[in-house]
Amino acid sequence: MKRFLLPLVIFLVMVYFLFVGLNLDPREVPSPLVGKPAPMFSLPRLDDPKESFSPKEMLGKVWLLNVWASWCGACRDEHPILIELSKSGLVPVYGMDYKDTREDAQQWLQQGGNPYVATVMDVDGRVGINYGVYGVPETYVIDKTGIIAYKQIGPVTDESLRNKILPLVKRLQAQ
Amino acid sequence: MKSRLPFCLIALFLLMQSFSTWAQDARPMESNVAVEVQVQRLSEQLRCLVCQNQTLADSHAELAQDLKQEVREMAGKGMSDQAIIDYLVVRYGDFVRYRPPLKSTTVLLWLGPFSLLLAGGFGLLSALRRREKLAIDAPLNEEEARKVSELLKIDKES
Repeated sequence: MKRFLLPLVIFLVMVYFLFVGLNLDPREVPSPLVGKPAPMFSLPRLDDPKESFSPKEMLGKVWLLNVWASWCGACRDEHPILIELSKSGLVPVYGMDYKDTREDAQQWLQQGGNPYVATVMDVDGRVGINYGVYGVPETYVIDKTGIIAYKQIGPVTDESLRNKILPLVKRLQAQ
Repeated sequence: MKSRLPFCLIALFLLMQSFSTWAQDARPMESNVAVEVQVQRLSEQLRCLVCQNQTLADSHAELAQDLKQEVREMAGKGMSDQAIIDYLVVRYGDFVRYRPPLKSTTVLLWLGPFSLLLAGGFGLLSALRRREKLAIDAPLNEEEARKVSELLKIDKES
């Protein structure tokens, strides 16, 4: 009996690690930008290219920056959730249209509705690189002092909104 | 002889044609060889975050192309390898480096395989020692000794 004990323990340890591994998402790379100031930019707005938007205008407010594109499939999944969120008025959502054309983006917003207070266009993806964007959609929660408090990689889901983003937004708004 | 001339001309024309396309392809290298060499060296050390098991050099993903372009511009400004890597690490984290640095969070990654190898070696060694002890030299009794010498004798005679 005793001689089987050690292999059994080793086997169980391996099973444990493999099981934990099943629930990890290798695509989720922890962002080094969390806890750091959101990179500054000034980009033309989607609705009016003569107007620009900069995160500087949002100092003093908690807000979400959602990186999306009309060519992005997963953005379609999260879109209704963002629409709901913008209707609730809990937190302003700004959009960054990543490597997209103006016509495609405008058509996309016409079809699915526009949850964004404003959308800026990052046509060549340079600002995206400053934000460490590597998979669209991505959503940043930015606090009153302009510091990135959280980064959601991949689509915002009902679950992540309820369990992570909204509680965090409430806490940051109370600060 | 006469009939071959047009063929030669056509062949020459095609050859020149191929040279001209060749020269066009090579132009970006010509403009600044040192920068291209640096970009190539760096893109072999940087990970494409979209297709995670590829380096920037291997990857054709759009983000990889963008990042390569970013690296090329920084290299053109004369930034050192380390400065360029640091620039990307600030934005994408250590994961962007294909060869992870040795830090407190990566000690397990670097030393884990060696410690497993060491543990396995010790296990093997102790298992072999234990087996050695099991194989005792059992002395022959008289009957067996007689049989052995008999067999050896037969062997010698034949």
